[in-house]
Amino acid sequence: MQADDEGTDWAAHVIAVRDHQDKAAFAALFRHFAPRVKAFLMKSGADAALAEECAQDVMATLWQKARLFDPERASVATWVFTIARNRRIDALRKARRPEPEDLPWGPEPEPDQAEAFQTQQETDRLGAALAQLPAKQRALIERAFYGDLSHSEIATETGLPLGTIKSRIRLALEKLRQQLS
Amino acid sequence: MTIRHHISDQLLMAYSGGSLPEAFNLVVATHVSLCDECRARLGAFDAVGGAVLDETEAVAMSDDSLAACLDRIDMLPQATTRKPLKRAGVFPAPLASYFGGGPERVKWRPLGMGVKQAVIRTGRDASARLLYIPAGQAVPDHGHRGLELTLVLQGAFRDESDRFGPGDIEIADEAVEHTPVAEQGPACICLAATDAPLRFNALIPRLAQPFIGI
Repeated sequence: MQADDEGTDWAAHVIAVRDHQDKAAFAALFRHFAPRVKAFLMKSGADAALAEECAQDVMATLWQKARLFDPERASVATWVFTIARNRRIDALRKARRPEPEDLPWGPEPEPDQAEAFQTQQETDRLGAALAQLPAKQRALIERAFYGDLSHSEIATETGLPLGTIKSRIRLALEKLRQQLS
Repeated sequence: MTIRHHISDQLLMAYSGGSLPEAFNLVVATHVSLCDECRARLGAFDAVGGAVLDETEAVAMSDDSLAACLDRIDMLPQATTRKPLKRAGVFPAPLASYFGGGPERVKWRPLGMGVKQAVIRTGRDASARLLYIPAGQAVPDHGHRGLELTLVLQGAFRDESDRFGPGDIEIADEAVEHTPVAEQGPACICLAATDAPLRFNALIPRLAQPFIGI
C-alpha cells in the first residue's frame, strides 16, 4: 500500500486511541490494517463482503480494547492478527477457542519505549525473513496462519528466527513472576 | 511446578493459526496457563501471524468503510471491564470456565476400579474429558487411535519410559504403545483430548433398529 507506512510507530497510534480517543490516529491505523485484515480473511476463505464486514469488526475491537494493548508484549500487527484470527474463528468455524489464563501484567501506564520499539522491529524483521523464504515454504507458513492447515499438515521447521522473540517474552515473564512473588 | 513435557511446535502453531479443534484448543490453553516456556513460544508464533498479516497484499476496503467503522464505534456500548477468568483449585482458568469452577464442580462417572471420567462438551471434531485415576490404577483407554493429548493437573502417572507430573503433557499417536499407571500419592487428575472417532456410536444402530425389527 503506502510505502511511507514503513517504520511508522503503530504502537504510538494505539496509545493515542487509548488515551485520547484520537480519531486521526485511528484513521491511520484503519488505512494500514483494515485492507490487510480484509485480505487475510479472504485468504482464509471468506468472500469479499464478509471479509470487509469482519475487518470493520476487527478495527472496532481495536478501538474498544485499546487499553488492553501492551506494546512490550506484542507489536500492533501481532495484536491485530490475534483479533482477526479470533473473529475468523467466530465467523467461519463457529468454534470455541479457549484462551490461556491472562497474567496480571502490572499497571504500566508508561510502556517502555525501547521495549515497544523492539517488539515492532521484531515483527518487521520476521516479515523480511518471511519474504526471503523459498516460495513453497513461505506459502506453507502463510496457510498455517490463514487457518488453512490442520495440525498434522503443519511443518514445524519454519526457517524463521523465532528464538529471540521467545527469549524476550520469556524474560518478561520471569520479571513478572519475580514481581508477583 | 517443574514442567518437563511441553506442547509440540506443531500444536502451538496450529493453536496460534486457529485451526485446532476445540478440544485441543482447551488442552493447549490449559497447558499454556501453567507453562511460561510454552506461553513465550506461543507469543513467538503469534508474532509470525502478525508478520504474515502485515505482509499480506492488501485488498482495498470500500470508500465509506472508515466512516462506517467510526459510526459503529460511536454505537458501541461502553467497554465493560470483564473480570479475568480465575483459576479454581487445580483447574487453570480456561478449564475452570467449562465447569464454572474447580474439580468440586465435576460430575464424575465411574469407569470401575475407582477410575472416573467426565466428558467435556466441545465441538465434535475432537473430544475432551477429565480423568480421575486413583494411585496405582492404569490410565484408561491408552490404545491411541488418533492423536491423544493428556495433560496432568494433579498427581502424576508413569509409563515404561517416563513420568508425567502436574503441568506435563503427553502427546501420543497411534504408534505409541504403553501402559501408564497413576503414581502413589494423591489421585491423578488429567485432561485428555483425542481426535479419534468416538466409539460411542451406538446411536446409529439403535435408530436403525425399529426398521430392522419389522
